[in-house]
Amino acid sequence: MSEIKILNGNAAIAWAVKQINPDVVAAYPITPSTSIVEHIAKYVADGVMTTEFVTPESEHSAMSMCVGASTGGARVFTATASQGLALMFEILYIAASLRLPIVAGIANRSLSAPINIHGDHSDVMAGRDTGWIQIHSENSQEAYDNIIQAFRIGEHKDVSTPVMVTMDGFILSHALQDVVVEEDEKVKNFVGERDPLYTALDVDHPITVGPIDFTDYYFEHKRSQMVGMENAPRVIKEVGEEFKKEFGREYGFIELYKMEDAEIAIVVLGSTAGTTKIVVDELRNKGKKVGLVKMRVYRPFPSREIVDALSNLKAVAILDRAMSPGALGGPLFTDVRSSLYESDKKPILVNYIYGLGGRDIAPKHIEEVYSRLEKIAATGKRGELLSYINLRE
Amino acid sequence: MKKIGWKDLPPGAINPWPGNFQEVKTGSYRGGLKPIFYEEHCIHCLFCWVFCPDNAIIVEDGKMKGINYDYCKGCGICTVECPTDPKSLVLEKEETEL
Repeated sequence: MSEIKILNGNAAIAWAVKQINPDVVAAYPITPSTSIVEHIAKYVADGVMTTEFVTPESEHSAMSMCVGASTGGARVFTATASQGLALMFEILYIAASLRLPIVAGIANRSLSAPINIHGDHSDVMAGRDTGWIQIHSENSQEAYDNIIQAFRIGEHKDVSTPVMVTMDGFILSHALQDVVVEEDEKVKNFVGERDPLYTALDVDHPITVGPIDFTDYYFEHKRSQMVGMENAPRVIKEVGEEFKKEFGREYGFIELYKMEDAEIAIVVLGSTAGTTKIVVDELRNKGKKVGLVKMRVYRPFPSREIVDALSNLKAVAILDRAMSPGALGGPLFTDVRSSLYESDKKPILVNYIYGLGGRDIAPKHIEEVYSRLEKIAATGKRGELLSYINLRE
Repeated sequence: MKKIGWKDLPPGAINPWPGNFQEVKTGSYRGGLKPIFYEEHCIHCLFCWVFCPDNAIIVEDGKMKGINYDYCKGCGICTVECPTDPKSLVLEKEETEL
């Protein structure tokens, strides 16, 4: 039987990893993801997990060890955040390029400077071109469920690509919530065994991993590496459907909240989607036709789903918890706007940057966004393309 | 050697053909200098064979026999390491087509 536990996001992720019992966990602790690794260390010390738990001297080494173990055919997990993810950067590309289905739990945190330990999406948004699949979580339940699905998605032979499962640092990583945890056996059966695309430990079929390419082959290799990402949407959908059949909770690329007859909407990812749902409910009670599009899968970017969800709306606000200095707007905004170029009908779009370094975003701030969208929808006049929420002038 | 297209490459940029660098004729790297072997001075110490980074020294029955110019990059390490006086290996000018 499944049971309800009171867990914070880090404990929820560690619980899933405990049940999956990967062959190798190599991780270096960093706030706010530290307790994921602490829980795993304890499970290993207590003999609850049989995982080879490695504590290297940096995140760069942690990800390098993950790559090494994964080329050997091992199932591998790591956890990090912020500067730790940034230090992993060159190896993130290598993991994806070698098509290694490593799963990483990320407790999103801002990047220095100034140094700040609180939640925003600067770390993972910087990683959006590394070739990793990115799945975002609204709450601890989703973090738990997403980790279980991440192994299935990443390790599928047609995908064989690493997966980041993210949750907002502190807001989710350290906040206690009800989490339905499933039976160990059921989780183990759902995840199954890893059947690697290749292994560096087969002496009968020796291979070179990470050879040099000159001008004659690099381009072909890079193109071939995209195959996993191209197959990912189909597999993410299949795994989501199977997860629903097995455990009853439904997951797609995006979640549509009260969008059936909506005229204006907010697009957001992470925990702020939860806050936005409360505001949508309140405004719906007042008869306003408002909705929410919550992004779950950010890479591969679900362009078709976004077009279907937004094309017929009058005005849409995209909320980014990261900056992309010098770009038109935040990363989510430019992706959404670019997707809508394929559509004949387009809503008026505005972009907001919010919540950097853990700055609060409260229901009243989201109400203000909807109220502006209402005015834009009524007048057809957009005003500023990029604005900031809860920022002192 | 026919080049493989991206759809037929093995996944993850692995190389499942061990030793296939043999197919790369590094001799084409030489840029105007090549070592010439003067057998009459050679004492067959095989220093050249030990130091050659491209396995381009041909040895038969423990004797230095010459240079495999398919792979010799003309780096000249053998000519430096050769202990005989006069040298048994000397870098000399080579006409190359660019």
